[in-house]
Amino acid sequence: MTIETDTSTTYTDPGVDGMVSDWSSDRQTFDLPWGKLMMWIFLLSDTFIFSVFLTGYMNVRLSQTATWPNTSEVFALEIAGTHLPLILIAIMTFVLITSSGTMAMAVNFAYNGDRRKTAILMGATALLGASFVGMQAFEWTKLIGEGVRPWGNPMGSPQFGAAFFMITGFHGLHVTAGVIYLSIVARKVARGDYEKKGYAIVEITGLYWHFVDLVWVFIFAFFYLW
Amino acid sequence: MSETSGQQHPVGVYLKVWILLFVLSTFSYMVDFFHLEGYLRWTLILIFMFLKAGFIIAIFMHVAWERLALKYVLFVPLSAIAILILLMAIEGDYTFLTRETFFDQ
Repeated sequence: MTIETDTSTTYTDPGVDGMVSDWSSDRQTFDLPWGKLMMWIFLLSDTFIFSVFLTGYMNVRLSQTATWPNTSEVFALEIAGTHLPLILIAIMTFVLITSSGTMAMAVNFAYNGDRRKTAILMGATALLGASFVGMQAFEWTKLIGEGVRPWGNPMGSPQFGAAFFMITGFHGLHVTAGVIYLSIVARKVARGDYEKKGYAIVEITGLYWHFVDLVWVFIFAFFYLW
Repeated sequence: MSETSGQQHPVGVYLKVWILLFVLSTFSYMVDFFHLEGYLRWTLILIFMFLKAGFIIAIFMHVAWERLALKYVLFVPLSAIAILILLMAIEGDYTFLTRETFFDQ
């Protein structure tokens, strides 16, 4: 006996009525490629991880009685004799946003069937991601050189180091994984491995990459700017 | 299914959002650059943050065009995070007051 799936019903009703019919009618609930749905579920779980990190950071920062280091000054750099507050973090933010844009373009070209442009744009995204990780390595080296440790630092509250290394470290790990993931998929796109399967994979990779950028938006606001 | 026809939208939408994200990031950097303080600083940081996050989720991650069934899967669980943040804020405040009362700096 085979299970008949109702494929005649279309996923067109909007809003609550549409959701009810998506969950009923004895059919597949989510009108998505399975890989895309699984990526979303993964990203949801990842959202919880980063939220818990940031909430933990909020808790230690609220409850500490010493002075929280002034991030504007901690992450300032002297460039060509000018003292610029938080400049490296600003550059990192722009690099990540640029990479998000190239990724969105790659998804667009993938669905238009332009393999060459897709692979080039994904490669550019990976390069921008790699340069982000490079700048983060520079930042870590600078702070470790200044004596910042997970258990203490010369600028103020000892909790600063723990929050900094854990949050930016975990984010950096995600960027690194994303660079590897992008490179692999870009190579397979260029080879034409997805000609039969379709290019949903590029959109799925894009979801992961945009999520990494999304997490950075929150880290930038709460850790660096607050 | 959507295996062959994924999310396709005009390039112009992406370019506009891309530029917008640059502008919003510049604004949030300006908050720090001009040393804005207090409630003005926090309000601006949050406004720019939520705008950026919203545009990334809605346009770049295509959530604006997804089915409500998926949107609920993504956003309903976040209420648990909101509750956690609230509880930890109360707890952190309590710990701070306790430390202020019982530990001399």
